[in-house]
Amino acid sequence: MQIPNLVLATAASAAPSGGSSSILLKLATVDYAILAIYFAFVIGIGWVLKRYLKTSSDYFESGRSLPAWICALGFIGANLGAQEVMGMAASGAKYGISTSHFYWIGAIPAMVFVGIFMMPFYYGSKARSVPEYLKLRFDEKTRTFNALTFAVMTVFSSGISMHALALLLNATLSSSIPWLNYHVCIAFSGIIVLVYIYTGGLTSAIYNEVIQFFLIVLGFAPLVYLGLKDVGGWDGMMTKLGLYSNAQGMPGAWSHSWAHMGSATSNPMGVEWFGLAMGLGFVLSFGYWCTDFLVIQRAMAAKDMNSARRTPIIAAIPKMLFPALVILPGMIAIALVQQGGDSINLPTTPGGETDFNMVVPALLAKYFPTGMLGLGLTALMASFMSGMAGNVTAFNTVWTYDLYHNHINPKATDSDLVRMGRLTTVVGLLISAGAAYTAREFNNIMDMLQLVFGFVNAPLFAAFLLGMFWRRSTGHGAFYGLLTGTVSAMIFHGLTLPAAGTATGIKGGWIGVQHTFTSSMAQNFWMAIFAFVGCFIATVIISLATKANKTDDELRGLVYSLTPKTKDESAAWYARPATLGAIVLACTVVLNVIFW
Amino acid sequence: MNLDVRLPMGLLFAIIGIILLVHGFTADQAIYDNHSLGININARWGGVILAFGAFMLFLSRKKKS
Repeated sequence: MQIPNLVLATAASAAPSGGSSSILLKLATVDYAILAIYFAFVIGIGWVLKRYLKTSSDYFESGRSLPAWICALGFIGANLGAQEVMGMAASGAKYGISTSHFYWIGAIPAMVFVGIFMMPFYYGSKARSVPEYLKLRFDEKTRTFNALTFAVMTVFSSGISMHALALLLNATLSSSIPWLNYHVCIAFSGIIVLVYIYTGGLTSAIYNEVIQFFLIVLGFAPLVYLGLKDVGGWDGMMTKLGLYSNAQGMPGAWSHSWAHMGSATSNPMGVEWFGLAMGLGFVLSFGYWCTDFLVIQRAMAAKDMNSARRTPIIAAIPKMLFPALVILPGMIAIALVQQGGDSINLPTTPGGETDFNMVVPALLAKYFPTGMLGLGLTALMASFMSGMAGNVTAFNTVWTYDLYHNHINPKATDSDLVRMGRLTTVVGLLISAGAAYTAREFNNIMDMLQLVFGFVNAPLFAAFLLGMFWRRSTGHGAFYGLLTGTVSAMIFHGLTLPAAGTATGIKGGWIGVQHTFTSSMAQNFWMAIFAFVGCFIATVIISLATKANKTDDELRGLVYSLTPKTKDESAAWYARPATLGAIVLACTVVLNVIFW
Repeated sequence: MNLDVRLPMGLLFAIIGIILLVHGFTADQAIYDNHSLGININARWGGVILAFGAFMLFLSRKKKS
């Protein structure tokens, strides 16, 4: 659920509109063969795993039996949805190397933090989900609030991925496959995900995420290689980006990540360094990577505490290098545009601007012959489906454990829970399909939902931070703190606009415009900062004003100061989370300096 | 879990690699001139994918205890 607007933007781009020259991919028999073999394997894995699933723990938690490297690739694979592959390429074109902030500031520090400091509480508490941890640490109302909002968000996110995939396939393949309309795409993607989650549970989802990870790497690496070769290598691309930056009135802004962050008006993101570091690098990034059950669930499937702690840190290594795979295509597209002629054929939006959301399909059509085109398209579909599957597995776990077992049928047996999990998978995908059709018919409703998700997500990390590191925080403090943070975000949104000339309404300013930002990204980052501060202050004040609802004994294993520190001395240096984390952070600092 | 993920993964990538290799050596050179800067990317990358698949299959073999 990170930067979900990119998914909607991608979906909107793939939709038929008043723009020009859509991208058509012409497939041959060899391409269909690769697609068919991949889908056969995806379904086959779920089918084979079915015989090993005996208990609800097997179905929802992989029996807590998986090695760290599999959980780590699942952790990153669940996040490799449409916004990563298509959205980041579009951002690479719009913002240049600055897009790497979503990785080197907006992901890696939080992934290291959750591995070293937070996984001991999630994994050690034996909680089966993040909302269940909130129940153990705070109280029932905080858990139910988090479970309900999370369940709604995951199922809608899955629907948006489904919608974007259907639009993309319809726009790029409908000329070569006449029967491939929107409805067929929705049904096909939904059924594939349904079969492998229904039969194989979380393990099937994680195994397929591992395969999807390698498929995306192997499918997009040659695209970057051919693109770079075409624009004259790295130096050739940088020269062309320099010319493009000059033409945009921001010299050097596309080829540096930090050098132009001094002022919001001197870089294409429209964000200044403090808003970026605090809004994206702290509040939004830690709020997503440290509290979102979609990714935490993968780490909780690990076979022991050390593996659970290493999961997000190992995942941070490929995550750190991913800009080379997903941002570079966008920068290559800009270099090709600068090259002129018929170097690249990008469609235009109804407003007449170049549509960078279609960079990846355009590069696939340009550089991949039949055969490789099948591999590239399979990788693209895998990215959409891993996003859907990740959301569905998180949804069925939270619904079954936190809502069904907790409120509807507390006496449910273990086999009842597995049955409910499978039924929830079916229902979740049906609701996702409904959300996809809603997005198709009423795009404004989805914009509104994304906005509400933003209000709810922004303050989350403050509640978790205080819960884990301040034993005096109480259930009332956390619950009303979260509500205060959400209201703070709404008020902030109502008082600000993302850019001069923007109409008040869904973009903000609906209370009265007190401040106008240079971009919607800046508005989002600052809204997150205000929500975090609102939640933090309210939680502290209300906690101090209310009686502690948990004894120290009840909080052992849930709060930092009351939990014995995990000893890693016996493990080899590369198996120690703190050592691994320090190496990853050092590499991230080096990357930031190199591309300063 | 009794299924090592490297087994299906190795098998899948080995099959895809072989398909790309065979297609790379049998297809008309014109498709590469029109798309991949004249490079027979199917054969080259098919070989890489086949090697990756074979390596995964090697790692997934059962060790005798």
